[in-house]
Parts: sequence; C-alpha cells; structure tokens
Amino acid sequence: MPDIKLGRRRPQRTLYLGRAGLDQVARTDGSYRIGAATPVAVLVDEAPEPLATFAARVGDREIRGQATIGGNLCAPPAETVSRGDLQAPLLALDARVRSVGVGGERTDSIDDFLEAGSDGRLVLELLVDEPRRAAAAAVGRPHAHGFTILAIAAAETASGIRVAVAGAGPRAVRAPSVEQALAAGASPGEAAQKALDDIDPQDDAVASAHYRRQVLPAVVTRALDNLS
Amino acid sequence: MRLTVNGLERELSAPPLETLLNALRDELGITSPKAGCQQGGCGACTVLVDGEPRRSCLTPVVAVDGAAVTTVEALGEPGKLSPVQAAFYEQYGLQCGYCTPGFVLATTALLERNPSPSRDEILQELRGHMCRCTGYVKIVAAVEAAARGEVSDAARHAGATGPSREEPEVLVPGSPA
Repeated sequence: MPDIKLGRRRPQRTLYLGRAGLDQVARTDGSYRIGAATPVAVLVDEAPEPLATFAARVGDREIRGQATIGGNLCAPPAETVSRGDLQAPLLALDARVRSVGVGGERTDSIDDFLEAGSDGRLVLELLVDEPRRAAAAAVGRPHAHGFTILAIAAAETASGIRVAVAGAGPRAVRAPSVEQALAAGASPGEAAQKALDDIDPQDDAVASAHYRRQVLPAVVTRALDNLS
Repeated sequence: MRLTVNGLERELSAPPLETLLNALRDELGITSPKAGCQQGGCGACTVLVDGEPRRSCLTPVVAVDGAAVTTVEALGEPGKLSPVQAAFYEQYGLQCGYCTPGFVLATTALLERNPSPSRDEILQELRGHMCRCTGYVKIVAAVEAAARGEVSDAARHAGATGPSREEPEVLVPGSPA
C-alpha cells in the first residue's frame, strides 16, 4: 500500500482477495491447511510452533490483524531491511505451497517455492504438519517495530530436524550443515558452529554482517537448546 | 463503495485502492486519523474497523466495503468524553495530541477485549503507537486508570465550557487593560 500511495507502483489491474475464502485454517489430526490470506494474528493462536511464535513477533497488533501469511511468504526483499520472517518457520516445518499460475495449480516444497520465487503465481494455501518438536530463538532490534537481526526456527519433522534462519539475507534460508551435524549426533553448541558454513550474513540498516556472524552460532544454539 | 462511518451510512467515490485514511480525511472531512508515517509504523492513523484497530493508511477502501468504521469523533465530544478520553485528559496522557486519536481507539478496543490488562499487556498491545511528547509513562497511567474506572466526573465533563471559539479581544499597547 505505501508504494501504491507514493506512486512507486502503479498496478494496471489489481485482484482483491480479501473475500476469496482463502483466510481459513483447517486442522485435521496433525495436519494444517492454512489459507494464503489468513491474517498473521490468527496464526498466533491457531498455527503450530514455531510458526505461532514467529507470527507473534510480526509488527504489532494492528499490523498482525491485516498482514497475511501469503503476503509475508512472498514479501520481496526490501532495500534496507529483510522481510518475510515467516519463511523461516515454514522452511523448518517442511511446508508445501499450493499455488496457481501459468500451467495451472501446483504444489511445491517450500524450499523449491522460495528458490523459484513467487513471481506471477498466486499462493492459495500452505500445508504443514504438526512437528514432533519445535523451537524458536531471535535477536531483534527494538524500534517502532522490532526489526529482526536474526531469527532461528527449528523443528523435528518426518524428515528429521530442520533449521532455518531469517534475517541473515534477502530471504530465509536453511542451515543444512547444522542439520547434518545434529543428525550425526553433535551437541546443539557444536552443530550451531556449522551455521557459518552455510550462511554468510548481510549488512543492512538493522545490523552489520560482522555482528550477525558473531551472534549467529549463539542464537542457533539457543534455538537447538530449546528444542531438546 | 458503501460503509458505515461513526454510525452513519456513507458512500465513497474514492477509487478502490485509495487508502481509508485519505478517504476519511479528504472525502468525508474526518480528520482525527492522522497521516503520520503513512507506512504502518506509527499508529497515528489507527481507526476501528468492525471494532478492531486497523491502520487506515494501509487499508484500501475496497477492503472496508460494507464495514463499520469508528473514529474518535464517535466516542465522545467536549463535555461528554468517553471514559478512555477522560482518563487521557485527567492523567495528562497527551501533549501535542497528534498520536492521541490512535492511542484512544487502540485503548478502547483493548479494554473491550481485556477489561483489566496488566502493565505488560498494555505495553504489548499498544507498542505500535508512537508518541514523541509524553515518554509514554502518562499514557500507560491513563490506560490503567481507564481500566480501573478511576475517572472523575469532572474529567468526563471536560471541555464543556471552553475554550471559547469567539475572536479574542485585541489589546492595544498603551491602552488600559
């Protein structure tokens, strides 16, 4: 909206999805179908961890009331700060993304969806399963809104423990070296040191790359400690 | 686009992607929602949409078609302040007043949901609202006073007798006062 109001973006055609019925969370046993237009505020109460904890960190009450999971998932990188914190818990939860676009409907793994980018596709819903265990840890920078310096999501899913990091770059990424170390029996502290093998943090308006490199292993350790 | 604003049915001619903030201020002349940061970060444009606090600067009017919008104009008037307005007045919870409509509406909605919030809950629920004058201490005191019902009748009736809207008397230097 700010870009439209400031004339930076002049859409030729706009589709309003607020009443398209995409704002429901349906839970069957341990499986969730989360409509793309579900407000972030609803996730705080209804989504599985670590998604609920991440949702509670977004903006403030008013922002959470109108921001949606689909919007957060597809948020393009901003010039000055990272966006799309919910990508990290969705990566940790091994979510699947059902979308429609050229070639019709498709369901992608969250990894593939984020890799390819959402351009031209309309996200319909996210499918996630309740993890066996889940944890989150974050370092934020207090401001008008708390900006994320680093946020770690970890979850034990059917495919093992998955660890994802938001705030280090333009979009959230997994830390496969950490996951492999855990699978090989490393302690949280040992595994967390591997995060720097996968992740080369960025400089932005919120924190320096140097600072992020210094704290990344500690925040990952905290998340993994919370997991056990 | 039809919506109810402060209890009155209104028809908007603004295009669908116009912000609710601009439609309220420019088309309907309701100027209590302020155009602060205009990107959702300051809270000054907050209005209630179907009772929930929303950033009117981030809300396209198409999203409020058929909704009920409330601004502070509907809460009270001089001499008949709402309990939350009276508490802000009595506790000095404002100075310049720019952020006050947003704070008052967010507080009104907060107390509707949770009539006796803890101090932490107040800070958490109102954290999206910026105030550059008060330092927040007196704003939180006002919310606590409103929650406890500690609002005097004098505060409820504040504003009944002035300030006068008539032209002030012009004093000419050298003439007897």
